[in-house]
Amino acid sequence: MTWLKKVLLPALLGLVLHAGAHGAQAQLYQVPGQAPAASKDEVQIYMDRESELRGIVSIPDRKLSVLVQPEGREWREWRTSTLRIVAAVLILGMIAAVLIFYLFKGTIRIEAGRSGRMIPRFNGLERFAHWSTATSFLVLAISGLVVTFGRPLLIPLMGHDAFTATAIVTTWLHNFFSVPFVVGLLLMIVLWIRDNIPEKSDIAWIKAGGGFLGKGPGGHPEAGRFNAGQKGVFWMVVLGGLAMAITGYLMMLPFYVTDISGQQIVHVIHGLGAAVMIAGIVAHIYIGTLGMEGAFDAMGRGEVDENWAVEHHSGWYQTMRKRLGLRTPPRRHEIGEIDHHPAGAD
Amino acid sequence: MARMKFLCDAERCIECNACVTACKNEHEVPWGINRRRVVTLNDGRPGERSISMACMHCTDAPCAAVCPVDCFYQTADGVVLHSKDLCIGCGYCFYACPFGAPQYPQATNFGSRGKMDKCTFCAAGPEQDNTPEEYQKYGSNRLAEGKLPLCAEMCSTRALMAGDGDELADIYKERVVRRGYGSGAWGWSTAYRDRQGDSFRPGSPSIEQQT
Repeated sequence: MTWLKKVLLPALLGLVLHAGAHGAQAQLYQVPGQAPAASKDEVQIYMDRESELRGIVSIPDRKLSVLVQPEGREWREWRTSTLRIVAAVLILGMIAAVLIFYLFKGTIRIEAGRSGRMIPRFNGLERFAHWSTATSFLVLAISGLVVTFGRPLLIPLMGHDAFTATAIVTTWLHNFFSVPFVVGLLLMIVLWIRDNIPEKSDIAWIKAGGGFLGKGPGGHPEAGRFNAGQKGVFWMVVLGGLAMAITGYLMMLPFYVTDISGQQIVHVIHGLGAAVMIAGIVAHIYIGTLGMEGAFDAMGRGEVDENWAVEHHSGWYQTMRKRLGLRTPPRRHEIGEIDHHPAGAD
Repeated sequence: MARMKFLCDAERCIECNACVTACKNEHEVPWGINRRRVVTLNDGRPGERSISMACMHCTDAPCAAVCPVDCFYQTADGVVLHSKDLCIGCGYCFYACPFGAPQYPQATNFGSRGKMDKCTFCAAGPEQDNTPEEYQKYGSNRLAEGKLPLCAEMCSTRALMAGDGDELADIYKERVVRRGYGSGAWGWSTAYRDRQGDSFRPGSPSIEQQT
């Protein structure tokens, strides 16, 4: 046992003293530690660019334990410049593209003309889901754009007081219209997801340029109930909409789930996704109204002209033909009395 | 003209939280709002420091830059203030602020926020000086009475100082030379170094354009 006292004890003692000396040193030469300044001129008042500093606070608000968060600088750059540029380029770019397309190609007509015989396409529930999502989306998009672009565009026009009143209304609209938006979105998922699973024929449809861009003498590529373009819109709205809803609710309940950097990322996703969706929906609205004859009937009245169905959704038309028990071929270039199905089945 | 700043000497701060209490009491700040707080870094380890932190009244204030309704302004003394009549409580200033200064009262049970509240350097807001309306919205206006912020005035170790930035820097440098350690004022490089700018107000050319 004596060897233990002779060897181990001094070793332990040395270790303790050594550590103690280190501790004392650390306390003497304080952090941030530099060589002591000899004169006032040598004292650095500005430290190097500060990195994130997190400590503890004795108040219950834990997010305030962050002393300095330099990411705010990047977020500021995003909010004041990048977001506005990205959103403006995407949305204005899409509007310009649609305008140019309209000027050069005009409305895509039903080649065979209206037959006058209507095929049911969307029932009441489907149209309710669509229009609930669509109207909410318009309100959400406009109110979001007001808050994003209001300071440079609207304040010079209407003044600060009026813009604050406007902004309060638009933020409330933005919050409340999220509810019908999400309800419509979930309904659309339930109603349409099985018709929107990508399949082989979609590749051929894309290769042919769809019914819009590549409409040559060969006619429209074949498509089922939804073609690849519509499937693209469906998935953009579903995935984008869900991302918007999740990030949106995270911002409505700030700091419940994430911390400051999480909130900033959530805002970036929300802004970027919204810009992409607004641009996509501009194209969707154009194709569904002005861009294509007969397309609006599908969501407007719930039924489409037989010739439109033949030309744009030949696969779906064949199944509908069987289901409705149609025997005569579609009439061409006869715009007479509208013949509703199945009541007017011949 | 003075350029008002805060300087917290971390070598002196003893985490007594008197500044926090003084601020709460002086402005009757409601529960849940923390205009000033004391953050302790490296708690219980070598190099532990406590820093009293509030709005630093930045030269190129990020809150003012990101505000969608342009409600911020800077006084001739460099104090960054805002109008609660214009604020919509969106919370963007908290995302941009490097110091976590903006605070929001909870307006409804669904987490929506009321109008932002933050340290005013005891200079209140755009209302008429020292009126009940001003006090109710922004707290007391000590600067208009010729007094400095109460948090710094009652700091027992003189760790937290408020006043003209050049004078504060001079006092701090002298301290560092005399005691032989410690340098760098917490938050100063973030708040005051990067950019220079004139004071701003709603409707003035935005801060992004100035730089």
